[in-house]
Amino acid sequence: MAFITANWNPLGEAFYRKIELYEMGWSLRDGLKECLVAAAPYGGPIALLRQPQRPSSSARPQLEIYSSSGANMASFPWKSGPVRQLGWTVCDDLLCIQEDGTVLIYDLFGAFKRHFSMGNEVVQNQVLEAKVFHSPYGTGVAIVTGASRFTLATNIDDLKLRRLPEVPGLQGAPSCWAVLTQDRQTKVLLANGADLYILDNTSCTPVTPPGLSPQACSIVNMAVSFSYKYLALFTDSGHLWMGSANLKDKLSEVDTKVRTPPKQMVWCRRPKSQQPSVVIMWDRLLLVAGECTDTIQYTLDEESVCVAELDGVRIVGGSRHELLQEVPSACQDIFKIASMAPGALLLEAHKEYEKSSQKADEYLREIKEQSVLGEAVRQCVEAAGYEHEPETQKTLLRAASFGKCFLSNYPPEPFVSMCRDLKVLNSVREYTVGIPLTHTQYKQMTVQVLIDRLVYRKLYPLAIEICRYLKTPEYQGVSRVLKHWACCKVQQKEEPDESIAHAVSVKLGEAAGISYSEIAARAYECGRTELAIKLLEFEPRSGEQVPLLLKMKRSQLALSKAIESGDTDLVYTVVTYLKNEMNRGDFFMTLRNQPVALSLYRQFCKHQEQDTLKDLFNQDDDHQELGNFYVKASYKEKKLEARLSLLQSAVDEYNKAKNEFAAKATEEEMKLLRFQRRLDEKGEALLGLSLQETLHALLTSNFHKQAEQLYRDFRVPDKRYWWLKLTALAEKDDWEEMEKFAKSKKSPIGYLPFVEVFCLCGAAEAAIERRSEGEISTVLSRCSPTTDRALLERLNRARSTAAKK
Amino acid sequence: MSAHLSYGRVNLNILREAARKELREFLDKCAGSKAIVWDEYLTGPFGLIAQYSLLKEHEVEKMFTLKGGRLPAADVKNIIFFVRPRLELMDIIAENVISEDKMLSPRDFHILFVPRRSMLCEQRLKEQGVLGSFINIDEYILDLIPYDGDLLSMESEGAFRECYLESDQTSLYHTAKGLMTLQALYGTIPQIFGKGECARHVANMMLRMKREFAGSQTQILPVFDSLLLLDRNIDLLTPLATQLTYEGLIDEVYGITNGYAKLPPEKFAAQKKQGEVGKDLPTEPKKMQLNSAEELYAEIRDKNFNAIGAALSKKAKIISAAFEERHNAKTVGEIKQFVSQLPHMQAARSSLANHTSIAELIKDITTSEAFFDNLTVEQEFMTGVDTDKVNTYIEDCIAQKDPLIKILRLVCMQSVCNNGLKQKILDYYKREILQTYGYEHMLTLNNLEKTGLLKPQTSTRNNYPTIRKTLKLWMEDANEQNPNDISYVYSGYAPLSIRLTQVLARPGWRSIEEVLKMLPGPHFEERQQLPAGLHKKRQQGENRTTLVFFLGGVTYAEVAALRFLSQMEDGGTEYIIATTKLINGTSWIKSLMDRPEAP
Repeated sequence: MAFITANWNPLGEAFYRKIELYEMGWSLRDGLKECLVAAAPYGGPIALLRQPQRPSSSARPQLEIYSSSGANMASFPWKSGPVRQLGWTVCDDLLCIQEDGTVLIYDLFGAFKRHFSMGNEVVQNQVLEAKVFHSPYGTGVAIVTGASRFTLATNIDDLKLRRLPEVPGLQGAPSCWAVLTQDRQTKVLLANGADLYILDNTSCTPVTPPGLSPQACSIVNMAVSFSYKYLALFTDSGHLWMGSANLKDKLSEVDTKVRTPPKQMVWCRRPKSQQPSVVIMWDRLLLVAGECTDTIQYTLDEESVCVAELDGVRIVGGSRHELLQEVPSACQDIFKIASMAPGALLLEAHKEYEKSSQKADEYLREIKEQSVLGEAVRQCVEAAGYEHEPETQKTLLRAASFGKCFLSNYPPEPFVSMCRDLKVLNSVREYTVGIPLTHTQYKQMTVQVLIDRLVYRKLYPLAIEICRYLKTPEYQGVSRVLKHWACCKVQQKEEPDESIAHAVSVKLGEAAGISYSEIAARAYECGRTELAIKLLEFEPRSGEQVPLLLKMKRSQLALSKAIESGDTDLVYTVVTYLKNEMNRGDFFMTLRNQPVALSLYRQFCKHQEQDTLKDLFNQDDDHQELGNFYVKASYKEKKLEARLSLLQSAVDEYNKAKNEFAAKATEEEMKLLRFQRRLDEKGEALLGLSLQETLHALLTSNFHKQAEQLYRDFRVPDKRYWWLKLTALAEKDDWEEMEKFAKSKKSPIGYLPFVEVFCLCGAAEAAIERRSEGEISTVLSRCSPTTDRALLERLNRARSTAAKK
Repeated sequence: MSAHLSYGRVNLNILREAARKELREFLDKCAGSKAIVWDEYLTGPFGLIAQYSLLKEHEVEKMFTLKGGRLPAADVKNIIFFVRPRLELMDIIAENVISEDKMLSPRDFHILFVPRRSMLCEQRLKEQGVLGSFINIDEYILDLIPYDGDLLSMESEGAFRECYLESDQTSLYHTAKGLMTLQALYGTIPQIFGKGECARHVANMMLRMKREFAGSQTQILPVFDSLLLLDRNIDLLTPLATQLTYEGLIDEVYGITNGYAKLPPEKFAAQKKQGEVGKDLPTEPKKMQLNSAEELYAEIRDKNFNAIGAALSKKAKIISAAFEERHNAKTVGEIKQFVSQLPHMQAARSSLANHTSIAELIKDITTSEAFFDNLTVEQEFMTGVDTDKVNTYIEDCIAQKDPLIKILRLVCMQSVCNNGLKQKILDYYKREILQTYGYEHMLTLNNLEKTGLLKPQTSTRNNYPTIRKTLKLWMEDANEQNPNDISYVYSGYAPLSIRLTQVLARPGWRSIEEVLKMLPGPHFEERQQLPAGLHKKRQQGENRTTLVFFLGGVTYAEVAALRFLSQMEDGGTEYIIATTKLINGTSWIKSLMDRPEAP
């Protein structure tokens, strides 16, 4: 405890500390010499490409992947072309950028995933230098070619290559360069001697950093901060310029008094810290520079690599892995020698309390008198998060817990969640896992991503343990991990389908929200169709089963699954697919066994493919529907002959369907049509009228004989005919004929309607004559549906003109 | 605007807000100014969710109706198609996109499918070669639309036809999805009851979907205690009968679509400023929104029409008494209080004037002889008088060529009340109809037979009288003024569907097993497990809340009957009503008609 400040070094207002994270588990004969190294941020994996011991034509370099603690995860001889640069993606995939512009992607365990090219132009000119960068859009790659041209890919998962404009006067590679993300745009910042340029999609703009000391004649190294907000430039005069990445503000300039170009330079600035600081590495020297003229210098005893992090710099060497960072203010307050900060006092009080000393009370009193106990607890909790040693964390948390006892309504959440976070962090920092995350990084990357990372490393039990411990909702937590596990499981080629399916179902059985279809898809990708089908059986969502089943050409199964889901769109999708895949006969047979699909397909045909509809009815011997089909078709036909022949087909079908009524009715219809045509020739336009309308038309235009004939031929009931004739005659004011008609035989509708028609007509005429709104209304109210429509219309018209007056 | 949705037992405004939020999110996804191209069918339902002002706030500058050819010019960045997933609409959209002028500044295209995106449609767009032109293809899940404080409708006109005539169960899938959305907002419904094939299908899908969503369960205390799913085809009779409530009659006479009725303008002219009367009679029909936001309407809409006169005159007295208050207002404070109430009173007065006019319009019809005759025949059928003979009134109506739908309503009613007609009688009616109205109606008659509205008698036994007696479908002494039974909504006939609902609540369906077996389709009960800790602890005297879902449509009279049951003091159950569409006999029969297009 007493030595907690032993590794602190002051720089201006702040302190910097270097903590050892791991003693590396790897055994590298020459350390990191002659190695191409890439270490992923957020405590990610480390990849090494080691050149062969004795350069000879047969010897090949070795690619090795290690965890941050140096545990080997993969190692294999490199058989492809010469590699310029290694890098890691945000999902822990390894990118190997070759000289010819090909980028190969491997997973954490060295399994090849895919490759892409940075463009044809590169093949000739070769890649001189390359950089892998991360932005909100994903992982990107930037290269500069032998022709001094830059090419960018902002997101390798959605590859769009952008060739940037030429840089005037640039020969070969620039002296140094970096990728910037600004205003949702990715740009390249490069130095050619003393000139600085910004390259974006369309232009190359020269820029000058404000206040760069004039002694410099060349910029030899540059570094962009983790957040792309800050920029550091190192000049051949040994000056370090720090400022904002948009080159508008200068933060500070320090003379390092070292003129050799550094091997590596990275920002070392924690969020919210006041002081900008940069770590610069030379062969034997590590230097931290900030605002003041002083610097901190460490000697390096082995070849090392710096890895920029959100809140510090990791230094990976052949035997050690260290973290260099600014001491967070909470830790400073508590541990700074002779600190009187509330947290420091509380820690002291607790220490005394443990010793059963009454001094504890004195310290406590002192804190309480200033009423800063809450602040003290908060400081202790916060500082615990920044400490790497579990012992220190515990001491601080115990002190916080002790202080909390004297507070009545201190919210418990920060303390509880810090305890949980630390438990998770300590377990992943564990040597065997090897993810040295700080609390700040953890909060930034979120639990979800951490779980993903564990899953990529196939650390399923730990991931599940963490999900359960943090009570992550199942479908985000445990279920997701199990799904990945299952996806990995189905790739184990040596195990038989049965046992894998069984193992998967046993493990996943009770977990909620598992997507079996994704697992099945993975199995199918590995060429295990049978296993995929077995797994799909477990999928509760039919919607998810169907597309994959179709892909695997199990269309029958897909159809029944689609029907099960009740989602008609899904059924349609399968049906359309089947229609294109199968020959017509098989297709119809398949539908026949699936009534739901059949009726949906009929619907589809009704609107889209009338002919198919007919075929469908034919194949099912559905004569009734065929009859209806012909009837419908007959109405679309303009020519009478065609119409009649369609109706005849309908009659035949109705007869086959034993629907006598329909057959007879259709025959009647044909008879009527023929009759109408005959009269058509006599100048009466009757075609398309109903029987009733035809009769009416005939009666009003004095074709009494023809009307009588129709009335008999179609066996129109007397009652209806009498009504019809009565209204028709009244409409025509043919009172003579009316009288004859009334006397022709006994009226089946009585004589009241006759009287009504007479009276109404009389009254209506009188009312219209006098143009009195009231009277017309009275007449209208007496009108019954029997009244002929022409009269009604006249009355209505008369009423509205009367009303307008 | 939407306050009336939140007054009920269940705050349906939550649903509306959820729908609005989703709409806003989609609109914001298409940055910049936009024009919406509407599938005309959707504008009505959307009106219940969002007004133009909401769209305007999100930079919607123009609105067009979807039609073929080239899109109208509009200086906007985005063109958004709001469409139902129909293939024929996809063809129109493709035409629009293809004929877009490439020379003009390019516009971004988006599609919003309502209520669900469809692979079939996207496939069609792909075939037409325009799928790639769309920046966003999204779905707007609009299944159940809050129609009133206690009423949800899917506003899906064709649902009955699709389910019972064409065996297309798409609307049932949407129903199940809609109920899942509802459960996501209002908690899992612990009990599901149902009667009918479609009800069974919906319940099965719901249970299945619940399994699919396992793990993402909502931790919401259930608002509904039970769900009752009813097929329309277990009660084909009710919609055929003429509704006799105020709202029901407005719907029968003028039709209510998407909550609006179009009324003849003459009666409303007088309310304009007096100087202008007579000068120009409005010729446009008056469009009135009818919902519980209007206090008076909420009060009277479910009354039997015969009780409307009294209710209106009572209200008139109250309002004029309120206006008289001004003479009593002596102090400045009292006058101030009076004045503050003025806007409310004036609104009440104009609302009263409107409804008095509507009531007069309807009264003209209900007092006509034709209406009376029609009603008499309906009631004869419902009480089982002479349902096995050719009815002379129907015969006369055909002879006089009354509207076909009226005839079909009556014939179907006779068939339903007689459990099918004798082949001879059925053929006679059919022949009369074909001869009078044209042979093309054979297809319609065929449809009616397929759905069971018309059918030949197969067994000699007519079970309608048994059902009528057991369920007390006919009440001789229906009290129209102060109802004590649901039969008041049809002046004597108690809707079968509502009786089933009533019996389910008390004493339970076990008491009517025999009758249930006579009605088509299975009846069932399902329970849905609630997450621990969400079991409702019922307070003493607290009512149960039941959601009644009518698959294939519900009439306003049935809604009125359920509201009546909710208000009964010793009822013990409050009802929220959901349906695929609000229907009446006319709109229902119309949806089943086939009209072959003449050349």
